[in-house]
Amino acid sequence: MDAAPTQDASNRDAADQPAVPVLRVTGLSYAYGKTKALDDVSLELSSGRVTALLGPNGAGKTTLFSLITGLFDSRQGAIEIASHAIRRARSKALAQLGIVFQAQTLDLDLSVEQNLRYFAALRGLPGGTAQQRIAALLEEIGLTEKAKAKVRTLSGGQRRRVEVARALLDRPALLLLDEPSTGLDISTRRWLVEHIHRIAREDGIAILMATHLVDEVMPEDDLLVLNKGRIVARGPVEQVIRHSGGADLDEAFTRLTAKGEAPS
Amino acid sequence: MNAAHAGRAFRAILWRELLRFVQQRERFFAALVRPLVWLLVFAAGFRATLGLSIIPPYETYITYDVYVVPGLIGLIQLFNGMQNSLSMVYDREMGSMRVLLSTPLPRGYLLVARMLSGTAVSIIQVYAFLAIAALCGTELPPSGLLPLLPVLVLTGLTLSALGMFLSSRIRQLENFAGVMNFLIFPMFFMSSALYPLWRVRESSLLLYELCRFNPFTYIVELVRSTLYLQFNATALAVVVGTLLVFGAAALIGYTPARGGPAAGRGGG
Repeated sequence: MDAAPTQDASNRDAADQPAVPVLRVTGLSYAYGKTKALDDVSLELSSGRVTALLGPNGAGKTTLFSLITGLFDSRQGAIEIASHAIRRARSKALAQLGIVFQAQTLDLDLSVEQNLRYFAALRGLPGGTAQQRIAALLEEIGLTEKAKAKVRTLSGGQRRRVEVARALLDRPALLLLDEPSTGLDISTRRWLVEHIHRIAREDGIAILMATHLVDEVMPEDDLLVLNKGRIVARGPVEQVIRHSGGADLDEAFTRLTAKGEAPS
Repeated sequence: MNAAHAGRAFRAILWRELLRFVQQRERFFAALVRPLVWLLVFAAGFRATLGLSIIPPYETYITYDVYVVPGLIGLIQLFNGMQNSLSMVYDREMGSMRVLLSTPLPRGYLLVARMLSGTAVSIIQVYAFLAIAALCGTELPPSGLLPLLPVLVLTGLTLSALGMFLSSRIRQLENFAGVMNFLIFPMFFMSSALYPLWRVRESSLLLYELCRFNPFTYIVELVRSTLYLQFNATALAVVVGTLLVFGAAALIGYTPARGGPAAGRGGG
């Protein structure tokens, strides 16, 4: 089943300026043993756009992210980040990528600043550049005064802010967020959604945000609906709602994921 | 990957490992107390009961505490290798392994950097132990201490590679106690760490053969011969071979083609 609108999420601005997609996934499949997690997934993301990857639990969102980040490898299909194939030019592809994982991944025993400095060094940023970026990002996320605080002492929302800052340290072309609002309170969720839309707009970053919460999707976003390993709808939010026959995104999501068939 | 990037990343991984070691004071003291208990309690008791004939690399009669020091150096590095393994399993469960492995550096480089960092920590522990042992009256050849350094890098890397391989196979932290029981203790006891192999052969031929096939025996013997400025080609060859085997196994264990233990399995 594919209730997909014909227009691809990445092609909205094609008439204005044909741009190379920041992320191109083609015919990607992956299985855990005999259980298929992703089945022939293709997508493209353009810079400056937020694409919401909407899917219920177990849809394959995290598997897709693990493949894009090179933590998994699949022989079926291809992934290119800024025209670098992850299989052939892993380092160049990952150099363009920032990621916020679903689980929190900061070192609890290090301070906020130490965590960021550690990651900046892993990304190869020189000390001076790293220091400037850290200061600017901490100010941006409103945690300058927490720079020396151990991460263990921060709230869940503050930790998530630090993770967003960490993902942006090296000015990535593509930012992946895997269910970033998990466990956050409403105000932090709102801050997060607003913040990622702002950085997409102002810094021209392509953002792919996995979520299963429809209220995190903004009307101007592109949408990919993943169900049981398959993309069952794609396009601008309005269009997906219209094609699904639902009254709103909530209803559209319910319809689309209820009708999804399991990959064989 | 350019050299500057590689250098920065290595320094960061080393810095984090050293910081973690310093912050975990209990770990530092446990690392020192464990071999010191063997040296000051166990070896003191055996000193009176166990006579050691002159065997290479020793050129004269030695006391048991002198004999046991290379084995205890091996013990420090063995435990450190397992500590690394435990910390990698922990990092994997906490997710920081994902962060490390999704950086734009070759996976093999990251894993080797991680092993070298663990080795550096073990070398600090070894020299702290040797200093305390000397203060407690154990006579060690000072001229062997510097040549020992590259050997400790090699033996530390070998045991770190073993630890890393294990961490790629251990799925949960809870399974670690099993590794302690079924790997560390047999490796330590079935080696020349506590008794010369000729003594072992006198009591059990089977045990002797097991000791001969235990790579830890060769780690201990390589340390022992180096301390006394002698070259043990067999021990060196076995240790290098063991490093290559466990290093390759660890790299395969962390390869993304098989899902990679660092990746875990997502719920979304």
